[in-house]
Amino acid sequence: MEEIIAGIIQAFQLIISLNPELLEVTALSLAISLSATAIATLIAIPLGGLIHFREFAGKRVIITIIQTLYSVPTVIIGLVIFLFISRSGPLGLFGLLFTPAGMVIGQTILILPIMVGLTITALSGVDRNIRDTLISLGATEFQSIIQVVREARFAILGAVILGFGRAISEVGVAMMIGGNIRGATRVLTTSIALETGMGNFGLSIALGIVLLIIALVVVLIMNLITSGALAESDRIRGGP
Amino acid sequence: MIRISGVDKKFGDREVVSGINLEIRRGEIFALIGPSGSGKTTLLRLINLLDHPTRGSIAFDGLSTDGSEHERLAIRRRMAMVFQKPAVLNTTVEQNISFGLQFRGMEQGQIRDRVTRALEMIGLSGFSKRRAITLSGGEMQRVAIARALVTEPEVLLLDEPTANLDPLSTGIIENLIMQVNREKKTTVVIATHDMAQGQRLAHRMGVMMDGQLVQAGDLYEIFYHPVNRAIASFVGINPIRGGVVESNEKNLATIAFGGVRIQAITALDKGHQVAVCIRPEEVTLALPGVCAPASSARNCLTGTIQHLLPFGPFTHVHIDCGIPLKALLTRRSCDELGLAKEKQVTATIKATAVHVIPDT
Repeated sequence: MEEIIAGIIQAFQLIISLNPELLEVTALSLAISLSATAIATLIAIPLGGLIHFREFAGKRVIITIIQTLYSVPTVIIGLVIFLFISRSGPLGLFGLLFTPAGMVIGQTILILPIMVGLTITALSGVDRNIRDTLISLGATEFQSIIQVVREARFAILGAVILGFGRAISEVGVAMMIGGNIRGATRVLTTSIALETGMGNFGLSIALGIVLLIIALVVVLIMNLITSGALAESDRIRGGP
Repeated sequence: MIRISGVDKKFGDREVVSGINLEIRRGEIFALIGPSGSGKTTLLRLINLLDHPTRGSIAFDGLSTDGSEHERLAIRRRMAMVFQKPAVLNTTVEQNISFGLQFRGMEQGQIRDRVTRALEMIGLSGFSKRRAITLSGGEMQRVAIARALVTEPEVLLLDEPTANLDPLSTGIIENLIMQVNREKKTTVVIATHDMAQGQRLAHRMGVMMDGQLVQAGDLYEIFYHPVNRAIASFVGINPIRGGVVESNEKNLATIAFGGVRIQAITALDKGHQVAVCIRPEEVTLALPGVCAPASSARNCLTGTIQHLLPFGPFTHVHIDCGIPLKALLTRRSCDELGLAKEKQVTATIKATAVHVIPDT
């Protein structure tokens, strides 16, 4: 019990004093996971749109596979990526193993299924009549897709935020691809695992608190965006 | 303007419309009438090029619509359609109305002008910044109509535009449709299950039943000469069944319903099984003995009043004359004649007012 209390006290000291190692690990975590989320977003929205808007054989099968991949263990993604980018792997020549770039690739692949899947769900939530209406109004296929995506914007944003949450909180890819190298690939989750193993509970708790603060900020931003949208609609509704 | 030739549409194995041949003329209001599920929406969607016919072809202003998506888009942009359930996008009313113009690449200032005018036309000025999804059903439908009209279409397609709307909104929308047709010479095709609406708006009508266009023509033809019993019932006449043509001289036929005989104009020969349609407003009533046939081509039947059914300023009088007859009188003349249940009356119907259809 004393150990826990001492750890918590130490954690607050580390956070308040803006401990450089803590800041560095946090910054790297954010940089990697935000990059992965950005890349995954750029892929997931068009890909989700393509799957949703096109009719093709095996569409249901593909959606089922994507949904299954929502719950793929991070270590399996870690393993597969490792096999590809290790020195002897097919992509070994790029030297991506144990680099932040490798971690970004890993996290992107990890969160892609959930983001594509939720994008498809978001687009399916748009009334079928909307699409007919747009086409009837003379939209080209591209123009109608843009409008339907805009119509689903809040649900798609939810998918992006969920993707970021999964990226920043995972350990498997960060550990196996990053290798937890101090000053290079050490992120929040891998540090917690390491420091706890070494008995540095104070640093572990501090890192844990930071991770939760990031989660809180993400939730706050999400609420801000949706409530901002609501306020906007209230303002508009307040017409005559 | 639009020529539909031999069009079938199947969804899977289900044939939703079949064998449609129809010509919509430039500048007319054409009403597609028929009960729900008769294929009206499917036909409108085919005309708007939202779906491809399974068989047959549709020509728009002499142009084939079987071409590439690009060509179909160009033709589609000369039309506009208003759906039964208006779908508005989650943005402002103004934005919703301007979509069609944006898609056509019109310049912003011009779009604003047209949208402002359209809002005035539908009586929703000042709603431009309102979020469209917060509007009432009637307002939403007006926005949908404005959204269609700003593109200044040559053909306006309307699918049950006033179903589920209150009478006031219905009135506004009907006036708008007539105004556009009158002032811009827009060709209008309106699908409705409301017979009276068809009558109020249309120059010509087509009746659809079970996916087929069973009759097309001007209002008089459809209302007075329905080609079969189903249409007759739909246009508000209950056909009287069980008649047989007893004799026919130069198309003036005598039709026997048991002991009751009616004279009517028909080309059907002796021995044919027939049903007759008599519009209630064509039946004149008088106290027994007052009516004397003015000529031989006039039917005079005496019967007992079964019941009186008030209908606004009118009264439907149901009479049993050996055959069931319905008469439509103003309430005032009903009172003057002192009509009441169980009373005897004489009904007079011109032979020309009796429409005969073969009964199979």
